[in-house]
Amino acid sequence: MADSVSGLSSVEAIDLTPVEKPRQLFLEVLYDWVTTVDHKKIGLMYIAYSLIFLVIGGIEAIVMRIQLAVPHNTFVSPQVFNRMFTLHGTTMVFFVGMPILFGFGNYLVPLMIGARDMAFPRLNAFSFWISAFGGFLLYYSFIGGSGLYGAGSAPDVGWFAYAPLTARVFSPGHSTDYWTLSILLSGIGSIGTALNIVATVICMRCPGMKLNRMPLLAWLYLVTSSMVFIAVSPLTAAQIMLMLDRYVGSHFFDAQAGGSAILWMHFFWIFGHPEVYILVLPAFAFANEIIPVFSRKAIFGYPAMVAASVGIGFISLSVWAHHMFAVGMGAGANVFFVFSTMIISVPTGIKIFNWLATIWGGKIRFASPMLFSVGFLFQFLVAGLTGIMLSVAPFDWQLTGSYFVVAHFHYVLVGAILFMIFAAFYYWFPKATGRMMSERLGKWHFWLMVIGFHLTFDFMHIPGLLGMPRRIYTYEPGRGWEIWNLLVSIGAVIQAIATLIFVYNLVHSYYKGEKAGNDPWDAWTLEWSTASPPPSYNFATTPIVHSRRPLWDIKHPEDPDWNYE
Amino acid sequence: MFIHSPSYFAQSSTSIFSPAGTPSHWIFTLSMFVLSITAVIFVIVAGLLTYALIRYRHRNLLTYNEPTQIYGSNQIELAWTVIPALIVVMLFLTASRVILATQDAKKPTDAVDVVVVGHQFWWEYRYPKLGIVTANELHVPVSDPAHPTPTYLEMSSADLDHSFWVPRLAGKMDLIPNRVNTMWIDPEAPGLYLGQCAQYCGVQHAKMLLRVYADSPKEFAAWVAQQQKPAVEDPAVAEGRAAFLRNACVNCHTISGTPANGRFGPDLTHLASRDTIASGAVENNPTNLKQWIDNPDSLKPGSLMPAMHLNDHDLNAITAYLTTLH
Repeated sequence: MADSVSGLSSVEAIDLTPVEKPRQLFLEVLYDWVTTVDHKKIGLMYIAYSLIFLVIGGIEAIVMRIQLAVPHNTFVSPQVFNRMFTLHGTTMVFFVGMPILFGFGNYLVPLMIGARDMAFPRLNAFSFWISAFGGFLLYYSFIGGSGLYGAGSAPDVGWFAYAPLTARVFSPGHSTDYWTLSILLSGIGSIGTALNIVATVICMRCPGMKLNRMPLLAWLYLVTSSMVFIAVSPLTAAQIMLMLDRYVGSHFFDAQAGGSAILWMHFFWIFGHPEVYILVLPAFAFANEIIPVFSRKAIFGYPAMVAASVGIGFISLSVWAHHMFAVGMGAGANVFFVFSTMIISVPTGIKIFNWLATIWGGKIRFASPMLFSVGFLFQFLVAGLTGIMLSVAPFDWQLTGSYFVVAHFHYVLVGAILFMIFAAFYYWFPKATGRMMSERLGKWHFWLMVIGFHLTFDFMHIPGLLGMPRRIYTYEPGRGWEIWNLLVSIGAVIQAIATLIFVYNLVHSYYKGEKAGNDPWDAWTLEWSTASPPPSYNFATTPIVHSRRPLWDIKHPEDPDWNYE
Repeated sequence: MFIHSPSYFAQSSTSIFSPAGTPSHWIFTLSMFVLSITAVIFVIVAGLLTYALIRYRHRNLLTYNEPTQIYGSNQIELAWTVIPALIVVMLFLTASRVILATQDAKKPTDAVDVVVVGHQFWWEYRYPKLGIVTANELHVPVSDPAHPTPTYLEMSSADLDHSFWVPRLAGKMDLIPNRVNTMWIDPEAPGLYLGQCAQYCGVQHAKMLLRVYADSPKEFAAWVAQQQKPAVEDPAVAEGRAAFLRNACVNCHTISGTPANGRFGPDLTHLASRDTIASGAVENNPTNLKQWIDNPDSLKPGSLMPAMHLNDHDLNAITAYLTTLH
C-alpha cells in the first residue's frame, strides 16, 4: 500500500532499515524488555499492560451488568458487586486510561518532535515499573486484603473512596490499604512520566521545531503532563493522609473523631476532575493527528487549538466542586462552580468546531482510524452537552449520583477516549510493527463497538432520569427501570465482543498483517519519515523542520506549508 | 391506618419528569430549558458533521488530489467562541436564579421541622416541635396554597455519607457526618413518594429506600396525634414485651414508656403503623417481621441488625408484641 503512494522517495532518503537481529532466547528477550530504557519499548509495555487491565476491567463491568440485567438478581452478593465497581473504576482510570495514554505519549512524543529518546530514559523505566507495581498491588488485595489467607477480599469502598467509609471502623482488614498504596505508587509513576514528557517537549525538539510548529499531539501532551503535577500531587497527599489515618491514628478524614469527610472530597476532586481532562486531552491529541490526515487537510486554526487546550488545562483546575453540588455548599459556592464548569465548554466547543472545519471541503477516507474518530466526534459532542446539563446545579441535584452521570462519563471515557485510543491503534500500529491492522476486522470492530456502545450508554441515561441511583447492586421492579437495564446489559456484552475482535486483530496482524512501509497513510508528521518499526535511535540523521507538516514540505516542494504559517 | 397507598407493592414513579412539589417543579422547568438548548445545539452540530462526512467522503483510499488547504479563519473562529460564551452566560444566569431561590428561600413560620439522620442503612426522622420519633417512613403535610406549610429537613449523619433523594419532590441533598445540611420539600398532592439513598454508604446502600407520605392537613394531624400517643400496653402480649426487654433488642431500639431506649436502631414505638420494615426492603407483615428478627441477612444482606438466635417461643412472642405497636 505504502509503495503505491507517490512522492515518498525523498522521505525514504533519510530512512534507516532496521538491522536484522539474530534470534534470541525467551529469557534474553525478557531481559531485554525488563531492562530497556528505550522510550518506544517502554511505551509498548505501558500499552500491553493497559490492554491486560482493559480486559480485566471489562470482565468486572460484565459481572455488574449481568447482576443488573434484571431486578432482584442474585448473580453476585452485594459485597462482590461493590468490589466489582470499586475495582472497575480504579482499574479503568489508573491502570488502563492513564498508562495507555502515557504509553502512546512515550512512544510518539520523541518521534514526533524528532528526538532520539525521552529526556530522562531511566526515570522513564522507573515510572513504568512503579506504576505497574501499583496495578499488581491492587489485584494482590484479592488474596492479601484481609490477612494473607483472606481470599477474595478486594477493596469495596468505590474508586472515589469517600471518607469516612475508608476509616478503619467502616473498612476493617487491609483491602483499603492495598487500594491506597496502589494509587499512591501509580501516582508516583504518573508524576515521573509527566515530568519526563514536559522536559522532553521543552528540551528535546529537533532543529527548526519551534513551539508553534510542534505537532498538536506534542502540545496536548505538554498540557496534559503539566496538569498531572498539579492534579496528581493532591491525590498523593490525600492518600498519605488516609494512610496516616489508618495506620497511626491521625484524624484527617475520620469523622468519628472530628475529621472531615468534605476534606477528602475536595482533595479527591481537585485530582478527579482535572483527571478527566488529563485523559481526554490525549484523545484530542490523536484526533488532531488523525482527522487532518484522513481528510487530506491541514488542521483548521492551529493557534486556536493550542489556546483552547491550554485554556482547558487552566479552567479544569477550577471546576472540581461541581461534583459536590449536593453536599450542601452554600449558594455562592454553587454559583461559582456552575460558571467555571460551564465556561469550559467554550474552548471545548472551539475544538469540535475546528475539527468540523478541518473535515469541511476535504477528501475523507473512511479507513479504521477515521471511522473511530468520527464515532469520537459525535459521541464527544453528546458527552459535552450532557456535561452542560450536569453543570446546571439544580438539574445536577437530580442527576448527580444517578445512572445519568454514569452514562455521561462513560460517553467521555468510552465514547470519546476509548474510541480515540482504538483509532490511535489502527493509525500507529503500522509504525510500531511494520504491519497494517486488518481493515476488515477493523470495520467489524468499529460497527459492533458503535452498536454496543449506544445500546449501553444511550439507554443508561434513561433509568437515571427515572430516579435510579448508581452503585446499587439491585433494584426494585415497577419503576420503569427494567427494560433499560436489560438493554444496557446486552450492549455491554456486544462491546465486550467487539473488544475481543480488536485484541484478535492486534495479535493476528502482528504476525500476518500486510507489510506497511514507512508511511502507509501518506501523513505529514516526523514519525512517518523513519523506518517501521523505528530503530532504537529513531532517526539516522536529526531531522530539520521548517513548518508544522514537515513531510508535506518534502512531498510538495512546489507548495510548502511554511508559505501559509 | 389512614395510609393512602393500598399496598407496599403498588410502586409509584420516581421520574424527575413528573414533579410533585415546589423545588422539583423549579428544577423541572429549568431542566426542560437546558434540554431544549442542548438539543438545538446537538441538532445543528451533528447535522453539520453528518453533512460534511457525506458530502466530502472519498471512497478510493489511494487515488486523490489534495483538496484546497484552509489553515484557519479569525472571523469564523471568533464567532464560534463568542456565540457559545453568550449561551453560557444566559444559562448561568438562569441556573443561578433557581439556586438562589432554592437555597436561600426564607422559612415560613408554619413550616414543619424534621431532623433527618442517616444511618447504615435506614433513616431516622425526629419532629422536635411535635415530640415524634419515627424511622424510614416520613410523613409530611400537603400545603394549603393559602397557608403554606413546607417541610424543612435538617439533615445529618450518624455514620457515613448518605444522600436524601425523592426525585418527584426535590433534588438530592447529602447527609454528612459532623455537618448539618438543610433542604425543604413541599408536596402539592397527597400520596406516597419514593426515593432512595443516592450516596454509596457501604454494603447495603442499595436497600436504603425512602418513603415520603404526603398527607392532607387533616390526615397529617391525625397521624401526629397517633404517633404522640404512648406505646400500646396490650396485656395479651405482655409475654412478648417481657421477652423483648429481656433480650439484646433494648440495646439498639427504643419503645417509649418502656426501659428500651437504644438509639442505634430505629425507634419501634409505633412500628406497626409503618407499611414496611428494613427501610422499605419488605412489607411490614408478621411473616416478614419474624424472618427479619430471626435472620435479617436473609432479607437484607449486610444489615447491621444481628440475627437474634431466639428460641421459637420468644421469637413468636416478640413478633406478636411488635405487631401491636400501632
